Amino acid sequence: MKTTELAIVGAGPAGVCAALEAASCGVKVTLIDREEQIGGQLVKQTHKFFGWHEKSAGTRGIVISGDLADQVKANPDICFMGSAEALGYFQDDGVLLLETPVGIQKLKPERLLIATGASEKMILFPGNDLPGVYGAGAVQTLMNVHGVRPGKSVLMIGSGNIGLIVSYQLAQAGVKVAAVVEALPNIGGYAVHASKIRRLGIPIYTRHSIKEAYGTACVEGAIIWQLDDNWQGIAGTEKQLDVDVICLATGLTPLCEFLWQAGAEMAYIPELGGFVPLYDENMETTVEGVYVAGDAACIEEASTAMAEGRLAGLAIAYSLGKVPADEFSRKRAESLKELDELRAGPTSGAIVKGLAVMKEQMRKRVSQ
Amino acid sequence: MESSDIRITQHPILDFPDRRKIKFYWEGKELEGYEGEPIASALHAAGIKVLHKSLKQGCPRGFFCAIGNCSSCLVVVDGVPNVRACTEKLRAGMRVEMQEGVGPVPASKE
Repeated sequence: MKTTELAIVGAGPAGVCAALEAASCGVKVTLIDREEQIGGQLVKQTHKFFGWHEKSAGTRGIVISGDLADQVKANPDICFMGSAEALGYFQDDGVLLLETPVGIQKLKPERLLIATGASEKMILFPGNDLPGVYGAGAVQTLMNVHGVRPGKSVLMIGSGNIGLIVSYQLAQAGVKVAAVVEALPNIGGYAVHASKIRRLGIPIYTRHSIKEAYGTACVEGAIIWQLDDNWQGIAGTEKQLDVDVICLATGLTPLCEFLWQAGAEMAYIPELGGFVPLYDENMETTVEGVYVAGDAACIEEASTAMAEGRLAGLAIAYSLGKVPADEFSRKRAESLKELDELRAGPTSGAIVKGLAVMKEQMRKRVSQ
Repeated sequence: MESSDIRITQHPILDFPDRRKIKFYWEGKELEGYEGEPIASALHAAGIKVLHKSLKQGCPRGFFCAIGNCSSCLVVVDGVPNVRACTEKLRAGMRVEMQEGVGPVPASKE
């Protein structure tokens, strides 16, 4: 059976940054992704990242993913396995099962990092199963990676950053955005993104939601309506929209089936995106030697996922005896400070609260 | 939407270089797509959105996540059921069928 010091499942921003950090400390890394290419969902992010982090601010996601891929390929200590889907982790034997183009393979890593990202949340409304109802990420993949327009006219559900950014990208691709609806009384995303789409004449209806999607085999239209203070639709406020696409940008939830299966203790912390694995300040889960980083740990932005990846990579290298204790504590403090800075903004309040819940649950667990 | 409108040719940020056009079959009908793109993207560009019929009620299903997470887009490819149309790459001559429920039992390999 093949062995490796560190296996990482998911070559998105978290997984790649963990691989680079661990490899820079001398760890032999096997980086696994079901896609051929490196970068995860960065490969469809055509917008410029911003924030105060000098490493990615002002750069388009597609450029960041290209840069990360070049660094991985140039690193002799990282073996990238593309088109390889991780099927499961068997805790008793410490074996990872992979489906690769040449068949099923077993891999026995000394440490395992799960950086599998997130999946989109579905919301309830009549007709939500019709073809034409797509996740916002799916719309981005279709148009930004494969060059296919999702349809003629789109209703966007959700005005968080993803909803606003994807609306703008739809307009860039020549697709009409009929409206953006937001159930909350205020726009969820940054004002700069909202202003950009408003300048294009795209209406944003706050305190509105979708009442239903209709169509026989596919979406042929949608009805939106205003919500009252109890989140109930107000009869008489309906608007009918001729759309063939309904795009859901209603949040993400960690994709962590792997960690359930590996036996990690999970907790429901809505602020972090739903069920998440419990993990400590080194990103280690309750299964010894199994770590987590990025959206699989907590739904945040790519820049945070990258910082978490670096922290996990460093902690793993230390646990393997590759980093002296003093260097580890210095670099770890820097990494935690970076994460604190990334979470200092007003939109990170819920995350900070959720992470406090996580810390408390871990503390209780240790004291038991 | 005409297929000439659905493929993006001009984009302010992205380039979509010419790829090799190939023929494949959807429900026995010959269609064109680009080699290596996902089956779902070629079908979408050809105006086909219903890829699957649900198990219990036979409701139409299309892709939802487009990255292989959700299994909403399962199709039958060359007789093999449960292939994710959103991630499986298009090859020349591929025979793709709409999957009903769990799909047919694949023929055993001799």
